[in-house]
Amino acid sequence: MSLYYLQKLLYVLNREPKAQARFKDECEAVLAEYDLTDEEREALRSHDVGKLYVLGVNGQILMHFAAFCGIAWADYLQKMRDGTKDHGPVRAGVYTMTTGLDEKVAGL
Amino acid sequence: MSLVFAGVCSHAPGITARADLADPALRDPFYRHLDVMRQQIEAARPDALMVVAAEHFGNFFMNNMPAFAVGMADYYEGPIEDEAWLKIERRRIPGNADLSRRLITGLLDEVDVAYSEEWKFDHGISVPLHFLTPHYDIPIIPANINCQGPPLTPLHRAWAFGEAIRHAADALPERIALIGTGGISHWPATPDSGKINEAWDRDFLDRWSRNDRAAMTSYTNEETYRDAGQGGFEIRTFLSVAAAAGGKGEVQFYAPIPIFAVGCTVGIMSIV
Repeated sequence: MSLYYLQKLLYVLNREPKAQARFKDECEAVLAEYDLTDEEREALRSHDVGKLYVLGVNGQILMHFAAFCGIAWADYLQKMRDGTKDHGPVRAGVYTMTTGLDEKVAGL
Repeated sequence: MSLVFAGVCSHAPGITARADLADPALRDPFYRHLDVMRQQIEAARPDALMVVAAEHFGNFFMNNMPAFAVGMADYYEGPIEDEAWLKIERRRIPGNADLSRRLITGLLDEVDVAYSEEWKFDHGISVPLHFLTPHYDIPIIPANINCQGPPLTPLHRAWAFGEAIRHAADALPERIALIGTGGISHWPATPDSGKINEAWDRDFLDRWSRNDRAAMTSYTNEETYRDAGQGGFEIRTFLSVAAAAGGKGEVQFYAPIPIFAVGCTVGIMSIV
């Protein structure tokens, strides 16, 4: 489990414009610098927000990555629901979903 | 001089990011009350505004997570979020390193705070400032309580931090305004976004308004997580303001606004 490094990569990405440019231009090189599983690398590479959510990435970190990927808010929420549906409940952390898969609390 | 203003408000990013999706009948009174708070802060003529926020991995990460941190720089930058997403323009925000250093020196007599000579504001500070100091003409002293990365700062220590703020501020010649930003119950950045436990919020705000230390520090983290979500951990910021101000609180506005993902709150507290 390398959730720590998965979140560390996203933390750096979220706060450093240079890291964002590098993630776009040399994604594989960035991914190689962190102690990640293949599953985590693939989720980052494919902007799989639903999978990252299930892997336990803190929502405060993940929502920035979603914005960075150009994912609109409603789509971000849906991707997390879809991730839970496809991969099961959140595996770590305190951002587990408590509402139903079809429940849209704020209408989104 | 001393502490000249104490208040609390919400800081959820949706407050600005999703402004256009909110019902104006709910949104606009909330914005108006934030503007009333702006006027109250200005009327207090502060030399600096200390913002005790629940930082969300904008600056501090689990490689070295402080229970408390206070900024000590002449300027900061924010918001860290995508500007188009948060709908707040990134900019430089004035600080006062000398004042921070003297305040932190006082705080350290009572609480082991970390200090930071650089700080990127995230929505926890940038959203309140967007409404409260829209011209960015008041030096800011940012502070963070760890409400995100367990083990969290205990509630009684958040209280002690507030007391230390009061003592340190009272020992300075400058006029310090203080706001705490955060919670109350919410499940932010999850599929639950928009879920709000209004009964829990109102009960908490009652405890806060009475400035009932025992009642405010009695929650276990498990209870808060169950009843108020991971966002509920941010009550620590409200506790620190209550401890610093010492008087009674007045909730000037409270309304659940699901699209903003929080029970939107504006409150002031008398300083005694």
